[in-house]
Amino acid sequence: MKTRHAVRALIGILRRETLRTLRQRGRLLSAIIRPLVWLAIFAAGFRSVLGLSITPPYQTYVLYEVYVVPGLAAMMLLFHAMASSLAMVYDREMGSMRLLLTAPLPRWYLLAARMLASVVVGLPLVYLFLLIARYWDVRPPVLGYLAVFPALVLAGLMLGAFGLLVSSISTQMENFAGVMNFVIFPTFFASTALYPIWRLAEAGPVLANIAAWNPFSSAVELIRFTLYLRFDPVSALVVLACLVVFFLAAVVGYDPGRGLWSRRGGEG
Amino acid sequence: MQVLIALLLVMSALAAPAAAETIYVSNEQDNTVAIVDGATMTLQATIDVGRRPRGLALSVDKKTLFVAEGDDNRLDLVDIAKRQVVGQLPSGADPEFFVVHPDGKRLFVANENDNLVSVVDIAAGKVVGTVDVGVEPEGLAVSADGSTVACTSETTSMVHLIDSRSLELIDNLLVDTRPRAAAFSADGKQLWVSSELRGTVTVFDTATRAQTGKVEFMVPGIRREGVQAVGIEMSRDGATAYVALGPSNRVAEVDTMTLKVRHLYLVGQRPWHVALSDDQKRLVSANGNSGDISFIDLENQEVVKSVPVGRGPWGVVIGP
Repeated sequence: MKTRHAVRALIGILRRETLRTLRQRGRLLSAIIRPLVWLAIFAAGFRSVLGLSITPPYQTYVLYEVYVVPGLAAMMLLFHAMASSLAMVYDREMGSMRLLLTAPLPRWYLLAARMLASVVVGLPLVYLFLLIARYWDVRPPVLGYLAVFPALVLAGLMLGAFGLLVSSISTQMENFAGVMNFVIFPTFFASTALYPIWRLAEAGPVLANIAAWNPFSSAVELIRFTLYLRFDPVSALVVLACLVVFFLAAVVGYDPGRGLWSRRGGEG
Repeated sequence: MQVLIALLLVMSALAAPAAAETIYVSNEQDNTVAIVDGATMTLQATIDVGRRPRGLALSVDKKTLFVAEGDDNRLDLVDIAKRQVVGQLPSGADPEFFVVHPDGKRLFVANENDNLVSVVDIAAGKVVGTVDVGVEPEGLAVSADGSTVACTSETTSMVHLIDSRSLELIDNLLVDTRPRAAAFSADGKQLWVSSELRGTVTVFDTATRAQTGKVEFMVPGIRREGVQAVGIEMSRDGATAYVALGPSNRVAEVDTMTLKVRHLYLVGQRPWHVALSDDQKRLVSANGNSGDISFIDLENQEVVKSVPVGRGPWGVVIGP
C-alpha cells in the first residue's frame, strides 16, 4: 500500500461521502431537528426545575437540559452511524461497494476510510447542535468544545464500526430497517444518555446494570466528561476496545472468503 | 487524547482566578462552623461551636468571627487565625441574627422569643441596652454610616428603624408577610426588606421612609409559594442586589435601578443566606436542605461548584 495511493483513496471516499450527505437535504435536516425536538420538548417534560443532584463531571446542580445534551450528541452520532451503514447496504445492493472493495488496497483500510469519512461528515452537525443548545442555557466551558472533538471522533468511530458490523450481517435493506429498530432504541434508551445511573437504579438494578455495561453509555460519558474538561479513562478505554472489536468483526464480516458473505454465496 | 485533555485542564486552571479568601458557614443542625478555602473551593475544617448556630459575622478588623447560638443564648467568638472558639458573649435569649456596628464596638442582636433587640458591648462583654420591637425579630441591618439599625419582625410584618446612638425607635414600616432579611444600599439611601411568604422584596427610601418599589420573583415551573425571599446581599457599587429564594433553590440577581431580576442561579436546596466576595466577583449561597454551599461566578453568570459543608448550612460570610 503506497501512502500516496492510500491518501488519494481516502480523499476520494471522503469526497463521495460529503457529496452524498450534502445531497440528502432531508437527512441533514432531520439529523439536526431530531436532537432539538428531544431537547425542546422531551427535556421540557423532565425539566426537574429543582435541579438534578450532583453527578460527575458536573460540580453543581444542573437542569435536565444540561444533563441530556451530551446524550443527544451521542444519539446524533448513533443515528448517523446507522444511516451511514444503511447507505453501505444500499451500496452493496447497487454494486458500488463491490467496486470499492476491489480497489487495490487492503480491505480493512477501505472500510476504515469509509468509516472515518462518515464520522468527519457527521461532526459539523453535532457541533451545530451543541451551539444551538446554548440557547437552552447549556453552556459548557469554551475549551470544552475543543476538548470534546477527539471524544466525538472516537465515539463516532466506535458507533460507525458497530454500524459496519451490523451492515455486514444483514442481507437486505428490508432486514436492515428492522435491525435499526432493534439496535438503535435499546442502545439509546438503556444508557446514561437520558438518565444518570442512580436514576436508573431507582427503577431497578437490572436496567442500571445494562446501562452500565452498554458501550453507548461509555460513549455518552466520554463526551460528557470531555465537554466539561474532565477525562474519564474507563469510558475512553471501553470505547476504544469496542471500536477495535467491532471493526475487526466487521472486516471479517466483509471478507468474501471467510465472512458471512461467503455463506450467502458471495451475493452483494 | 489524554495529553490534550491534560493540557486543557492546565490551561483552564491557569485561567481561573486565585482568590485568597475563606468562607465561613454556620451549620444549624451540626452545631459547627465550616471553613471553606475560596481558591480551591474545598472544605478545610469544621469547628465545634454552641448549639443551633445561625447568624454569623466578622469583626470590623476581620480577626474574629461572631456566631449566634440560638439554643445556648450566647455568641461564640472564633479566632480566625487559630480557628478555634476563644470566648463567649452574652446575647439575650435565642439570638438568631445580628449585625456588627461599623464602630466595631457593638453588636445588635435579634432575640426572637423576647421581641427585643439587644445591644452588646464587645469589649465589656455585656448587654448594654435593649430595644423593644415587634413579635419574632429576625433580620438586622445597619446603615454604612452607622446611624440607623433596621430590624424586621416576622409575625408583626414590620421593619423597625432604630437610632443606634439613643437606641430609640425612629419608625415602624409595614412590609409583606413574614419579613426575613433587611439590607441597606451602600450609599444608605435605600433599605431592602425580604418577605418569606409573599416572596417579594420591598424597597424603601431611607430619607422619606416611603416605599419606592417592590421586587417580584418568578421561577418558571415553580409555584408561587415555593419562591420565598430570604437573605439579601447588596453589591458595594450599589448596582446589584442578590436575594436567596429558599425552596425554589434559586438565587436572584436584581438590578437595583429597574428592580428587575437579571438572572436566576440554580443552587443547592433551600438557600438561606448569600455572601459576596471582597472583589465582588463571586457569590456564595448557604443551602440549608442539601447541606452544601454553591459558588457563583458573577462575571460569567454561572454556578461553578457546590461543596458539602455539613447539615443545615444557614449563615455565610467571606473573610480573608
